[in-house]
Amino acid sequence: MSGTIPWERVRRAGSKLTTPLLPDDYLTLLNPLWSSRELRGRIERVERETDDAATLVIRPGWGWRYDHRPGQYVGIGVQVDGKFQWRSYSVSSAPRRSAMKSGGRTIAITVRAMPEGFISSHLVNGLEPGTIVRLALPEGDFVLPDPPPEKLLFLVAGSGVTPVMAILRTLDRRGSMPDVVLHYSSPTEERMLFREEVERLDEKYDELQVHKLYTDTDGMLELADLDDLCPDWRERETYACGPGPMLDAITEHFEAADLEDSLHLERFSLELGGDGGEAGVITFRNTGKTVETDGATTVLEAGEEAGIGMPFGCRMGICHTCTLTLVSGKVRDLRNGDEFDSPNEPVQTCITTAVGDCTLDI
Amino acid sequence: MAISDVQEYTHLTDEEIDQLGRELDAIRAEIEESRGDSDAAYINRLIRIQRYLAVAGRLTLLLGTRSRRTRLPAAVAGGTLLALHKILENMEIGHNVMHGQWDWMNDPEIHSSNWEWDTAQPAEQWKHSHNYVHHQFTNVLGYDNDIGYGILRMAREQKWSPFTLGQPVYNALLASLFQWGVALHDLDIERIRKGEKDAKEMKRQLRQIFRKGRNQVLKDYIVYPALSGRQWRTTIVANAAANLTRNLWAYVIIFCGHFPDGAMHFTEEEIEDETRAEWYLRQILGAANFKGGRLLHIMSGNLGFQIEHHLYPDLPSNRYAEISVKVRALCEKYDIPYTTGPLHKQYGQALRTIIKLSLPNGWTSSDQPEPPTSSRPRKRRSDSERPSRIQELGAWSRGRSKERQAS
Repeated sequence: MSGTIPWERVRRAGSKLTTPLLPDDYLTLLNPLWSSRELRGRIERVERETDDAATLVIRPGWGWRYDHRPGQYVGIGVQVDGKFQWRSYSVSSAPRRSAMKSGGRTIAITVRAMPEGFISSHLVNGLEPGTIVRLALPEGDFVLPDPPPEKLLFLVAGSGVTPVMAILRTLDRRGSMPDVVLHYSSPTEERMLFREEVERLDEKYDELQVHKLYTDTDGMLELADLDDLCPDWRERETYACGPGPMLDAITEHFEAADLEDSLHLERFSLELGGDGGEAGVITFRNTGKTVETDGATTVLEAGEEAGIGMPFGCRMGICHTCTLTLVSGKVRDLRNGDEFDSPNEPVQTCITTAVGDCTLDI
Repeated sequence: MAISDVQEYTHLTDEEIDQLGRELDAIRAEIEESRGDSDAAYINRLIRIQRYLAVAGRLTLLLGTRSRRTRLPAAVAGGTLLALHKILENMEIGHNVMHGQWDWMNDPEIHSSNWEWDTAQPAEQWKHSHNYVHHQFTNVLGYDNDIGYGILRMAREQKWSPFTLGQPVYNALLASLFQWGVALHDLDIERIRKGEKDAKEMKRQLRQIFRKGRNQVLKDYIVYPALSGRQWRTTIVANAAANLTRNLWAYVIIFCGHFPDGAMHFTEEEIEDETRAEWYLRQILGAANFKGGRLLHIMSGNLGFQIEHHLYPDLPSNRYAEISVKVRALCEKYDIPYTTGPLHKQYGQALRTIIKLSLPNGWTSSDQPEPPTSSRPRKRRSDSERPSRIQELGAWSRGRSKERQAS
């Protein structure tokens, strides 16, 4: 049906009635999901997974594309104390074959409440079904290639299991499990997310081997033991997701074996892989305030230091809340070294640093 | 009347003024700290109410006018609902959102950078002429174009000419066509007349005004009447009445902000090397409040708290009432005049000034406490001659012309 009606044209015609607003602004009075101005979703269910983790089943509103690839993450914005705060989480549900299939129009993310994580605890404990949240489209390269590699190794710990779960569920739905080894660490049995589902899959598929490790009693995974646990790890495409130190150790181990090409990582913090910038002066045009930067500080942090009310969201380059117009000068993306220097170009301040002098429109 | 030395007038020492500034900063910090769920709920609720009013008004006019029996009541009810919707949108929602009062919510749908209000003036031009020119240079002769909007003589220091005699008529025209007066305000017609305006910038602004104005006119006078079929005339009349009501109301509220007796004018000497505390002081002395109930304040965009709005243009308007208690106490403590009164009295004073100042100074007496300084011609300033913007006023321009970038 959506193919036959030119929705964009209907919307444009409708806006003659609603100018300066959009028809969406009035349609949300009927249903909060009927707007594509900002991506939004409604919390349908909150399913408790462990004491400190829950799966949020979200029904996205207009404008959502149900084409996320297994392993990708989405941004979620919730209003806490009146203010939208953004975080990103891996989608743990498998993408549906058809978006129109009844019941299929939801996505699920699994969140663990971090001890000091105000937002994560709010997501786990404070969200009622029916709450409207903001969403950002799926992103990320930690995805299952199509067709899947013949031999896979997953090294996951804690809530790092969520993107891998989406991959396993996709493989399960297709009914074709390649040769998979899953090494899954959790502090205790009770805190292990998706434990029953993983066990069920383990039983169902001979091709899937699961190693569970309870680190409170048995200690952390020693990568040297990998040769015993999974003797052919060198021949496998490896996907690792978990705490930073674990990923650092894995990276080192694979580099030593000259296998970094077959290693895929998912980190949930800003990874400053690219080069830094160069020292310079950032000017904030509307106030005329300036701040000197060293080429390592992000534009966002520099602005905050100068006392500018900088917009910000996830602070890791996902939600685009922090985007400002670069009037002149050059900035560099700290993640990959991409440079932006066209006049009046929108730039994400949270993941860029100045390269020499530049001016921003705020 | 322009007082040449603000500090002398108020009998305050430099230290006392700095102390006043610190106390006003503390009020700001306290409000910023306590913004939260209930404030967010307030603006969201108001936006919802305003949009329901719009829908109800349009539907009443579309459906209610079909039968002869309900035609008249439907036209009256529909026009009233539309007027209420436009007033709420312009005053309590649009004006305040564009000041950045709700930017702290981090909600891109209620944000000063992209809010477009339901009136003929493009938001970008409003943010420049109002947030920057008016709020930063409040009541400074030659700097603040809101002193009479370029067509009325509102200060004895402004030069009289025979043209000024027609002032009561211009005033009535401005009141009824207020939305279009505001739409042209940022063009600064006085500077165009003198050939001082950057031609490229003027063209850009005119294009923007034309596009916005066209959509507004199309909506109220072509599209909705066309949808009403044979009752198109009723719809046009009701829509025009709604626009007129909004114009008159907005005009009255805005004229009560700076034109009642007691709201002072300043000269450029006073803003030279002005400190933040002195800027605060000028806002208190240059603005006038009016009294009223909660509903009156909401319908006037909380501009009955004009003094508080001028001190804190970017704090949420629903908090001005509680801020006013503290500001008033400070004014008593420092013995600073705090101008307020009932709405009709405040507007009456503004109207009296309009009529009196249509005549030469010698023919009338001043209603201000100090004798007027001599009138001398004051050239209007361009942005390049004005100091750059204070951050708290809310952002203003996305323009790219040279004249704007200079500031």
